[in-house]
Amino acid sequence: MFYRESGDFKTSYSADQQTFPIRLDRHVVYGILAFAFLVVPFLINDYWEKSVLLPFLVWAMAALGLNILTGFCGQVSLGTGGFMAVGAYACYKLMVAFPWLNMFIVVILAGLITAMVGVVFGLPSLRIKGFYLAVATLASQFFLVWLFNKVPWFYNYSASGMISAPERTLFGIPVTGAEAPPWMTYLFCLTLVTIFAFIAHNLVRGRIGRSWMAIRDMDIAAEIIGVPPLKAKLSAFAVSSFYIGMSGAMLFALYLGSAEPNDSFGIAKSFLVLFMIIIGGLGSILGSFLGAAFLTLMPVLLKNIMVGWFGWPADLAAHLELLLIGALIMFFLIVEPHGLAQLWRVTKERLRLWPFPH
Amino acid sequence: MSPELLNVLEVIINGLLAGVMYSLVALGFVLIYKASGIFNYAQGVMALFAALTLVGFQTGQIPFAHVINTIFGTHLETWGPGLPTFFAILLTMGVMVLFAYLVERIVLRHMVNQAPIILFMTTIGLAYFMEGFGDLMWGADIKTMDVGLPSGASTWFETMTAGWATEGSNYPGMYVDMLDVAAAGIAILLVVVLTLFSQYTKTGRALRAVADDHQAALTVGISLRTIWVIVWSIAGFVALVAGIMWGAKSGVQFSLSLIALKALPVLILGGFTSIPGAIVGGLIIGVGEKLFEYSIGGMLGGATENWFAYVLALFFLMFRPQGLFGERIIERV
Repeated sequence: MFYRESGDFKTSYSADQQTFPIRLDRHVVYGILAFAFLVVPFLINDYWEKSVLLPFLVWAMAALGLNILTGFCGQVSLGTGGFMAVGAYACYKLMVAFPWLNMFIVVILAGLITAMVGVVFGLPSLRIKGFYLAVATLASQFFLVWLFNKVPWFYNYSASGMISAPERTLFGIPVTGAEAPPWMTYLFCLTLVTIFAFIAHNLVRGRIGRSWMAIRDMDIAAEIIGVPPLKAKLSAFAVSSFYIGMSGAMLFALYLGSAEPNDSFGIAKSFLVLFMIIIGGLGSILGSFLGAAFLTLMPVLLKNIMVGWFGWPADLAAHLELLLIGALIMFFLIVEPHGLAQLWRVTKERLRLWPFPH
Repeated sequence: MSPELLNVLEVIINGLLAGVMYSLVALGFVLIYKASGIFNYAQGVMALFAALTLVGFQTGQIPFAHVINTIFGTHLETWGPGLPTFFAILLTMGVMVLFAYLVERIVLRHMVNQAPIILFMTTIGLAYFMEGFGDLMWGADIKTMDVGLPSGASTWFETMTAGWATEGSNYPGMYVDMLDVAAAGIAILLVVVLTLFSQYTKTGRALRAVADDHQAALTVGISLRTIWVIVWSIAGFVALVAGIMWGAKSGVQFSLSLIALKALPVLILGGFTSIPGAIVGGLIIGVGEKLFEYSIGGMLGGATENWFAYVLALFFLMFRPQGLFGERIIERV
């Protein structure tokens, strides 16, 4: 009753093909976007920006990227952290070398550079499958992190081995560096994530997306019906790395401000993003957002409850947090292995019938 | 022999010994993968947990002392002088069996027929859980483990190899850690025992049947659940051995759980389904990374051990996508 797709008639092909064909979906999405763009910037403060909204947007972008590769094309990758590092270092080098360049262009160029690296590390996927591929992608993770540690050119020979983002302005307002106002960095990330989420949504229901899904469901059968595996797999690696590279660039330039390969882009980050898409739902754009929201907000919430309310020491809370996250992950996988997106699908089904049982 | 050649030989010997340590961890992975098709990422954390528990029993720590102290404001530390090593090991083994039973009972039972990636993620969740649980139970400080294994340089080996060098070259002899040698010995013993167990006992035969075909095993009356508890217990035992070895080598601390990452390239190199593969893969990787670090690593800025194993494994996979000894992957449409 509350969620209806009946009675929503289309009279033209373009209306039938639009991004959100169901009126209710459309209204909800536009409503959320309007709230995020028009209301949140006026309410945001430093705490919400740094510990909730920016991490959510950055990780949502990374989850989108990995979901394209793992959820839609079926290639499990544990190299996300390494690719984010590529995006971050590309962003840093571009920011330093071309100070006049618009930040949007810098982030997108960083993504494009990561896409090229991603294609190179995606080459083994043509021969290796399944878990063997997952472990093989760890090679890119460790190699890239090692590379950014050992080659001084990447961090411009700085003594600490860290990179830190210089201040860049957009329309006269600083967007990176310590002076950037919270609403500016937030709007910058939100704009990028919104645009590229729409692109991803349309990409996966088009020809390329269908070829990815064919490869995911059974690559030999897909090859027989005329989907070129080389093109499909490598394009998935390219697009996925593009997104992940952009998220790495945003993580470094807007959220952290300075980065160091081992801590910021270690193997833990690769697992984190993989968790996000599995908890959110493999092969679902909405799922990427839900998973990112769940795994960035829950630790903040847990920490607030345990340290803030009960006054437990921080190390104990950290251990308990680890334990609870592990337990929650197992719980979710047992209850709903297809993730939060599937939960939402089931809820929609219920809402359609409610309050009548049949 | 010239000192250079002896140096290379020393690197190779140390590489072989390190490889045995990698194999020890990889072995646990292979056992579980063969029997249940689960790629158990938690193996490294299981080793950490086993080592923590063993040290806890040995020194007589009270479990969850830190938590109890925080909540009730008490100052509990230990309940006594601790147990002798032998009993502590037995008790730890008991804990690992209990753990295996609980994992089967609470988690795995619900995960039958799920996609392998979901099972894999479950074990990562399990790894997080156990890490937090272990830290809460025994505290997160670095502990030293002493179970009476020999350690330090082998002087006998040093003087013997010093004599091999050409006259007047002042070669000091090879450095070999006694602990590594002991670990190699125990690993060999472990493999022999496991092989005998799986070849000549009734349970071992049931294990192999389950590994071969779940459904067929069920139809001849093998209880999958019992088998899974047994397999996880054995993996817990292997984790305990690995935990003792690695713990004695580098202290019992969080980084112990990262040995899982060292075992992964060994696994894909040897093949997920092969116990000899885990051994040979470990040896190849151990020697390969030590030789690479010795010969080329210095030029690249060192610390190549982090990634070289993966690249080496990747290179092998290009030619044999199922690993050196893995079962041939047959795909049908």
